Amino acid sequence: MQLEYFLILAAALFCVGIYGLVSSRNVIRVLMSIELMLNAVNLNLMAFSNYLDPAEIKGQVFAVFVITIAAAEAAVGLAIVLSIYRNRDTVDMEQFNLLKW
Amino acid sequence: MNLAEGVQIVSLGILGILMLASALGVVLLSNIVYSAFLLALVFASISGLYVLLNAGFVAAAQILVYVGAVNILILFGIMLVNKREAFQPVSNAWIGKAATAAVCTGLFALLSSMVLATSWQLSSAVPAGEAAIEVIGQHFFSDFLLPFELASVLLLMALVGAIILARREYVPDDEPENEQKVLTLRERPRELVASGSEPQD
Repeated sequence: MQLEYFLILAAALFCVGIYGLVSSRNVIRVLMSIELMLNAVNLNLMAFSNYLDPAEIKGQVFAVFVITIAAAEAAVGLAIVLSIYRNRDTVDMEQFNLLKW
Repeated sequence: MNLAEGVQIVSLGILGILMLASALGVVLLSNIVYSAFLLALVFASISGLYVLLNAGFVAAAQILVYVGAVNILILFGIMLVNKREAFQPVSNAWIGKAATAAVCTGLFALLSSMVLATSWQLSSAVPAGEAAIEVIGQHFFSDFLLPFELASVLLLMALVGAIILARREYVPDDEPENEQKVLTLRERPRELVASGSEPQD
């Protein structure tokens, strides 16, 4: 029964991340929500790795890859945020309408 | 993990509640600095969950990378864009939030019902346990060698790209003719900030 607990926890964390991603207006909070969603995915991978594949733990390998990608994403995302902030002088998502028609 | 079943359940409950509560705090609190510190709490409790899942190495990597690097990076980002501004209110913003909350709740209900309805084929193989780090290393250098090297290239690209993106871009008004070429990235001279300037809010 423990696998289901972990999966439900990960699902809840993922939904919280989606809510923050869509509804928050600060760009940095959007980045934090993306980190939450990546962590939820990692939790899923680790739970499957422990309960379905405990001998050769490929889920942990994938989790390490996801951690790597998340670190790169955070660095590039914050650089983009700094660049936009320098040009538009705001961190409000509603005012980033460069690609909106 | 050589813990009794009851201890595992109790610590799973505590860590899960801590993780969900601080994740809600990250999303819902209005002060972004509190959100950043609660994000560290989320990462730390997820690391505890990894320890419960017999994955000590990934738990340590989670603490090192997320709490040590990503969260500090986000805090630096908050400090660099510390403009205290009241966002202009958007009309009928609550409709969007309510719709998002409804969609997220529905997605959670869907996912959890799927999780509970599926009969997972639990493996009964001998767990790797303490030898997990050796197994991970063997995976990295045998069947996951190409993704491992690609990840290193990706990290290098992200490093260079972040520096290029966050640099103050240089707008050449007049090309310096007779200056000697030096191998530096040219950028706009930074504005001198007087010490003890007035607070921004």
